[in-house]
Amino acid sequence: MSDLLKNIIRFALFIGIQVFILNRIPPLHRFITPYLYFLFILWLPFKTPRLGLTLLGFLFGLTLDFFTKTPGLHAASCTLIAYLRPFLISLMLPKEKFEMSYAEPSVTSMGWLPYAIYVLVFTFLHHSFLVLLEWMQFGNVWYFLGKVFSTTGISLLLITITELLFIRKSRYRTNVA
Amino acid sequence: MRNVFLFIRRNINLIFFLTLQVVSLMMLFRYNKFHESVFSAFSNEFSGRINSRYNNVETYFTLKKENERLQIQNAELLNKLKADFAWPDSAYSIITDTIKIDSLEQYRKFLYLPAKVISNSVYAQQNYLMLHRGSSQGVAPNMAVVGPDGVVGTIVNVSGNMSVVMSMLHRQSKIVAVLKKGSGFGEVTWDGKNPMFVTLSKVAKTVPVNKGDTVVTSQYSDKYPPGHIIGVVEAVADDQVTSTYVLKVRTATNFYSLQYAYVVKNLQKAEMEELEKAIKKD
Repeated sequence: MSDLLKNIIRFALFIGIQVFILNRIPPLHRFITPYLYFLFILWLPFKTPRLGLTLLGFLFGLTLDFFTKTPGLHAASCTLIAYLRPFLISLMLPKEKFEMSYAEPSVTSMGWLPYAIYVLVFTFLHHSFLVLLEWMQFGNVWYFLGKVFSTTGISLLLITITELLFIRKSRYRTNVA
Repeated sequence: MRNVFLFIRRNINLIFFLTLQVVSLMMLFRYNKFHESVFSAFSNEFSGRINSRYNNVETYFTLKKENERLQIQNAELLNKLKADFAWPDSAYSIITDTIKIDSLEQYRKFLYLPAKVISNSVYAQQNYLMLHRGSSQGVAPNMAVVGPDGVVGTIVNVSGNMSVVMSMLHRQSKIVAVLKKGSGFGEVTWDGKNPMFVTLSKVAKTVPVNKGDTVVTSQYSDKYPPGHIIGVVEAVADDQVTSTYVLKVRTATNFYSLQYAYVVKNLQKAEMEELEKAIKKD
């Protein structure tokens, strides 16, 4: 399957799961909103051009906004992490061989620890910005901190489950392909 | 000039990123203020179509509960029928009206239009519902929406076949309310914390308020028909600043499993607005 087709299917799947399953789960607590959809941006191939990555983040967030009736809220957060992604990747993986040999970020392509840090940083960034935008209209400091930390915790749990359930076989890029 | 182009080329990524951020933030803050944009007209039809497909399946799961709720409402309406009441006859003679015109119809103020709820949110800070009934079916912005159990919200946006309802669980929702006992006018708002509770504020302290009192819509409202249940008083607190009561109210409508709702059209609204405009002119 080509990368393009695979990512188009992922796009629809992540939006569908977020809108029709995760957003409809009865809340455990008012702080907790289970977010998983932004994993799509973290899974995009290393070779995505930077302009395209930022634009894709914006469009992806906007699509979710269509369903949640909050134009710009998720779009802003997704644009942020899509823009910052190349910085962190080049910071953590200085060697060129990673980008050359593997298609996309995953446990096998980056190793356990770097991948965990990569996911943690962007989950935290995404939620902080998202809650900050909500918060500017409404709430207080303890509400802000509580919501960011609990939502990040739930998201990390969901991402761990996703990674365990769907082990992505990273193709080793060779000259043959 | 050359330097400007060089600067743009070097920082194209950052500039593009900032542009997109500004675009999304503008959408976010403007939409909340005006509730009208090209965005919603397009997105309503787009997400509405997918939502209604999904809802077709989802409805089955709550069908039993929904039937019970409608049955209770039916019983309540049947109990209001004229045939249920009998008075000892005190009239002298029966006068038959020969003109077959429903004379009550010209005084009708509120008209109920049934609608199906195709999407619903409870957990956000600003909750919206979507109804499968739009401008082609007689829905317009600013109409009230009530459910089988009580008040739901206000229409904020319509497209051809869908309409978006600002739920009572929305930071900007404001409903004029009164205690069912007849006194204690106030304003119902939501603090965004718990979808089970709303707040009734600005109730004068001269009014006796007890836990368990019913809160209903007021006849002062130009949208809501009077007497629709908003909720039941759960706790009473004093507002130190204004010397009024702040009441915690448990909502009557179960927002978690809402399937059907009625859009309420105020037929006399045009006349009311005309009169108000005449006052402002002077």
